[in-house]
Amino acid sequence: MSSNPQVADSVTHAPNSLLRRYVFSTDHKIIGLQYFFLALAAVTIGVILSLLMRFHLVWPAAHLPFIAGGIMTPEQYLALVTMHGTIMVFFVLTTAPQSAFGNYFLPLQIGAPDMAFPRLNMFSFWLTFLAFVVMLSAFFVPGGAPISGWTAYPPLSGLGEVTGPGEGIGQSLWVASILIFCVASLLGSINFLSTTIDMRAPGMTLTRMPLTVWAWFVTAILSLLAFSVLFAGGILLVLDRVAATSFFLPAGLVVSGEVQTHGGGSPLLWQHLFWFFGHPEVYIAILPGMGVVSHILANFSRKPVFGYRAMAFALCAIGFLGFLVWGHHMFVSGMNPYSGLTFSLLTVSIGVPSAVKTFNWLGTLWGGKIQFHSPMLFAIGFVSFFVTGGLSGIFLAQPAIDTELHATYYVVGHFHIVMGVAAIFGIFAATYYWFPKMFGRRMNESLGKFHFWLTFAGVYCIFMPMHFVGIAGGIRRYADATGATYLAALQPLHQFMTIAAFVTAAAQLIFFYNFFRSLKKGEAASANPWNATTLEWITASPPPSDNFGGRFPRVHRGPYEYSVPGATQDFLPQHLAPEALGSANKEPNNAN
Amino acid sequence: MPTSSIDELIERDGGGGAGYHGPFGNGDDWSGNPGIPQRTYVTGMILAVGGILMFFMALVSAWVVRRGFPNSDWQPIALPRILWLNTVILVASSFTLARSRHSLIAGRDTDSRHWWGVTTILGALFLVGQLLAWRQMFAAGLFLATNPSSSFFYVFTAAHGLHVLGGIAALLLVAWHSPRRLTRETATHVVALYWHFLSALWLIIFALFLLEA
Repeated sequence: MSSNPQVADSVTHAPNSLLRRYVFSTDHKIIGLQYFFLALAAVTIGVILSLLMRFHLVWPAAHLPFIAGGIMTPEQYLALVTMHGTIMVFFVLTTAPQSAFGNYFLPLQIGAPDMAFPRLNMFSFWLTFLAFVVMLSAFFVPGGAPISGWTAYPPLSGLGEVTGPGEGIGQSLWVASILIFCVASLLGSINFLSTTIDMRAPGMTLTRMPLTVWAWFVTAILSLLAFSVLFAGGILLVLDRVAATSFFLPAGLVVSGEVQTHGGGSPLLWQHLFWFFGHPEVYIAILPGMGVVSHILANFSRKPVFGYRAMAFALCAIGFLGFLVWGHHMFVSGMNPYSGLTFSLLTVSIGVPSAVKTFNWLGTLWGGKIQFHSPMLFAIGFVSFFVTGGLSGIFLAQPAIDTELHATYYVVGHFHIVMGVAAIFGIFAATYYWFPKMFGRRMNESLGKFHFWLTFAGVYCIFMPMHFVGIAGGIRRYADATGATYLAALQPLHQFMTIAAFVTAAAQLIFFYNFFRSLKKGEAASANPWNATTLEWITASPPPSDNFGGRFPRVHRGPYEYSVPGATQDFLPQHLAPEALGSANKEPNNAN
Repeated sequence: MPTSSIDELIERDGGGGAGYHGPFGNGDDWSGNPGIPQRTYVTGMILAVGGILMFFMALVSAWVVRRGFPNSDWQPIALPRILWLNTVILVASSFTLARSRHSLIAGRDTDSRHWWGVTTILGALFLVGQLLAWRQMFAAGLFLATNPSSSFFYVFTAAHGLHVLGGIAALLLVAWHSPRRLTRETATHVVALYWHFLSALWLIIFALFLLEA
């Protein structure tokens, strides 16, 4: 490695001006926190939108003071569906696990002074922020937010205002926001990959990388390959909307009595491009959570990750297979049954690496000295949701069953548990786990456990009944199901889910209280409060601007050397030299 | 971020080498600041090229699918003949850039700058040629929304042209302003990677157009 003194100097000292230091910062830790707080704002808005939907489903005739006309129209309901999905998928599930925690901890965990391209990193964040502002602005334009769902299927999304309120300016802002987000994610993924490939500390071989780093690495590959395809699709959609082209718009459309001039395009083409991005996106949301969970389970079981190499391999296998299964979102699109069969077989084959992961998580827990701290509880909760949501996915992977269930609440229950809540539990686990490192203080354990149990039970109360509603024929995306007799019979279940949603959302106030109170008043944290092995724990909490205080670790061992036979310490930090093991046996733990 | 932890951050930061010494005292192994290795910039460019390639592959697959519809309204277009000249210019620019880089490595700085300049001019000529091709299309009554084939023609040429424009900006930037973190060798390598990729990409796109016509 060349060591240019000028370069070293520029990464050692933090800039003095507050603006450069905390707003337009190039420090990966500050940028990680910026992403984190962006995701926190986004998830708050996303949850409020979902509560409005749940409220409307149960009391469709209720007067809402903040809605024009007082009673929510079906179009307004669809706008909520669209914006809830979009905000949650892009600005929470993509932003928090990868961009927030990845930015903060990837350089620390591989022993690097920063990301490979710090200014590009700052640019990625501000582009993401801009995308978020553009997305939210759709609420405030004439016609309001778009109604075509987070998947923006044409022709609905491609024709403009004629297809409904929100499909004019609102949908244009939606596409613009997504295109900006794509660029931000692409630049971010290049940064993540370059950093992981070239910036690892001496001795940090691939098989010594923490599984979190593996997960961020695979996720960045998925981002690079998936967002570029969404970007291409988005450009074509924009042209259909503003330049009268016909990539996705078929001939002979009559909308609201008006004959459309477009001709010859295919909405299915958009579906293919979208889901070629959309399915990897599911893994972009969940893989970082898998990494975090493996990391935390080992830490609090005081055991190495069971089958480390199999875990890294399973991450790669899930990432690879994730690109071959997009068609399972399109079983009802009229595709050739042989295509459906192929996509079905490939989809269920993802069950194999998923089972490897689950088996190894249980293997890591097995016989461990388990410490039930808050992050550990959320990590175990992740495993529970991943298994539950994964199992319902196996049913949906059958084209014959999917045809029946596709437009029902079964699908809503499935993807919320496996992609939404499991990933959110990964984010919670990461937050409780790394809070001491990020802020130098500890979160309250009792509140954390209280938050966990309420959320864990609450989430199952919200989403498990959706499976039954779906099997009974409850159709998703309908603003009001009370009209049809067979759907009206499902209303009591809907009422239960709505109450559960409000209780679970209220339980998140405990998290917010705990989080913001601990920032100021939490117990001071040592550098290594969890007695962990990886490199983020060998520096101060919070770490200095150059991460390790003017020096950088050399790595001598794997990431999960817990309870190594012969050592008196039950954890061996990665930068502990082999010859120092003797002294490790003598010296007691004096963390900080 | 709350003020308390910001203060703390500054305080700890000010300590320079202050930090945590680990549970095993002197047993921990430390080294100096590695900085950012030059090869990282090459890695970053290779990855960027991968992303751009994926973007164009998505467009190509859309082209293939859109063209293959049964009862398609697709009508092949007559390609502007100037595209042949443009292709020769762009390929030539790759050779001049290779020569420039070769000269730099061999230590012939003036020679290198000369061929670097020739490359930039050829790149600009290529873009002018592409605009002329558009003008010929307009003259023939073929606009963006005329037919799916003309839609794709404009999408491909515009997307590729914008990337070439970025390449010209990079060529000018490296010529006039030596980058702070990259050595000149690295900067040349990175720009060359990008430029050769754009040449190869154009050959593929052009071959698609020819296949069509």
